Amino acid sequence: MDLSELEVLTYDIRADVVDMINTAGSGHPGSSLSMVELTAVPFFRIMNLDPENSLWPKRDRFVLSKGHGVPTLYSVLARAGYFPLEELSTLRKFGSPLQGHPDFSRLPAVEASTGSLGQGLSIAAGIALAAEQLDENFHSFCLLGDGELDEGQVWEAVAFSAHHNLGNLTAVVDYNKFQLDGPVDEILGLEPLVEKWQSFGWQVKEIDGHDLKAVDSAYRWAQKDPDTPRAIVAHTVKGKGVSFMEHNNDFHGVAPDDEETKQALQELEQARKGVKK
Amino acid sequence: MNLEYGPPTRNAYGEALVELGRQHEEIVVLDGDLAKSTRTYMFQQEFPERFYNVGIQEANMVGLAAGLSASGLLPFVSSFACFLTNRAYDQMRVSVAYPRLNVKFVASHGGISGGEDGATQQSVEDLALMSSLPGMIVCVPADGYATRALMPQLLTAETSCYMRTGRPRVPVIYDSESESGIELGKANVIRPGDDLTIVACGLLVAEALVAAENLAEEGVEAEVIDSHTMKPLDEATIVQSARKTGRVVVAEEHQIWGGLGSAVARALSAREPVPMRFVAIDDTYAESGEARELLDAYGLTAPHIYNKARELLD
Repeated sequence: MDLSELEVLTYDIRADVVDMINTAGSGHPGSSLSMVELTAVPFFRIMNLDPENSLWPKRDRFVLSKGHGVPTLYSVLARAGYFPLEELSTLRKFGSPLQGHPDFSRLPAVEASTGSLGQGLSIAAGIALAAEQLDENFHSFCLLGDGELDEGQVWEAVAFSAHHNLGNLTAVVDYNKFQLDGPVDEILGLEPLVEKWQSFGWQVKEIDGHDLKAVDSAYRWAQKDPDTPRAIVAHTVKGKGVSFMEHNNDFHGVAPDDEETKQALQELEQARKGVKK
Repeated sequence: MNLEYGPPTRNAYGEALVELGRQHEEIVVLDGDLAKSTRTYMFQQEFPERFYNVGIQEANMVGLAAGLSASGLLPFVSSFACFLTNRAYDQMRVSVAYPRLNVKFVASHGGISGGEDGATQQSVEDLALMSSLPGMIVCVPADGYATRALMPQLLTAETSCYMRTGRPRVPVIYDSESESGIELGKANVIRPGDDLTIVACGLLVAEALVAAENLAEEGVEAEVIDSHTMKPLDEATIVQSARKTGRVVVAEEHQIWGGLGSAVARALSAREPVPMRFVAIDDTYAESGEARELLDAYGLTAPHIYNKARELLD
């Protein structure tokens, strides 16, 4: 898919996310909207995948460590052909494979069960080790939130992956500057974040996480070093794409009501039309 | 009764792991900088390319195992029981048990018989924690033969497993012949009797045999059951024995809350309610000391089992 088509699709994904969370009556819109480009680009431009056979052994893997952002991943998976779009409306409903946080046993395409923050990078590193063991060259991507970098386990995995030269591992940080209770720099500051990763032995690229071209070239860059894990620190906007959710942490974990949903979908539709012109 | 002492169960684990490694290329082993103690160093020596000493990071180690398992490999993960089950519990829950991945956790220095290092390195909660994880098989072998017999069965079980091994040399219960009768999920009646049942696991199996001998001197025949698999519990064997004897003592090197005693009590209360007594650590941590000394001080040796049995008989 070329980048201009993908740009149009990002509005559809954002609309899916708002709609799904409104229908579910709960979820994390702000955290889902900030990661749209970071999720869509690998699935539509980067990874070797087979949606017909989601457990194809040679596939590249995408582990969503910030499990609460999963509505975006579900939308991307549906639009990539893993399951019908209609299923998106079952998010968080009893019996649905679309659990409130991703569950590998119910929906293998999500690659890992996450939701207790800080665990995804270890799993992704294990997948990268498996590629070594199996003599395969699949790549392991992990999308992390900024808030979850508070967790010590993340830094265990960062140290481990550098020591073991996991060049087939890429960490992507959705740096939207907010965590549940407030701004990251007030609760537990991460700066200097790029230097932190570098000092552990990772190579780092800092980008605007909503600039599709930048995201695309960062993902391509990330796969090029066979011996060093690479991190993409992506500056993003929480609630991106919906005016009243942007930079507004009130929508971290609260669903938009029907009126807000209507407004959000109108805004997204307008913006989508703008792209087409 | 004189039971001969043999090597620690952790030794049998290390040896069995090497044997299995020769037949199963999908096995990878992870250890958290305790390979010399857990005995995974034996595997490391023969298969260095399939062994990862991850350093002192249990949480990451369990996550790595999840990724390896999800990609088709079969990870064995080892550390001390206290560190693995307490520090990495959430990782075992969310990264492994919830997605129903297949990871084999084998942790040494179980119970208080690790001894001199003191309470921080001892493990009195692991059986309660691990048996609470849905789908997790939990076992505590009594000796090297039982450990070796269980290993290939853990390997073929298509679910995650936890096996506790121990630091000290242990009394030998089985031999190369009786070893073949050890089946995962099936308790072994190792001494028949009609008057009382003693269900035990791990080190306490030997203590139960000694207590049974002492009771026999007084004309009481105790049936001793080695419930090496705590989960799934072999309810049929235990219920059958309780139905015959009408009295049950459960003995384990674990907290009294949530261990084998709780599991047996739950099974019997539903299917064959009989008077019961429990030999376990009574809601406390232990301390530094020699293994035998500690087992005795914290109420886990044969005389304590004997006393509980007498309470039921008198």
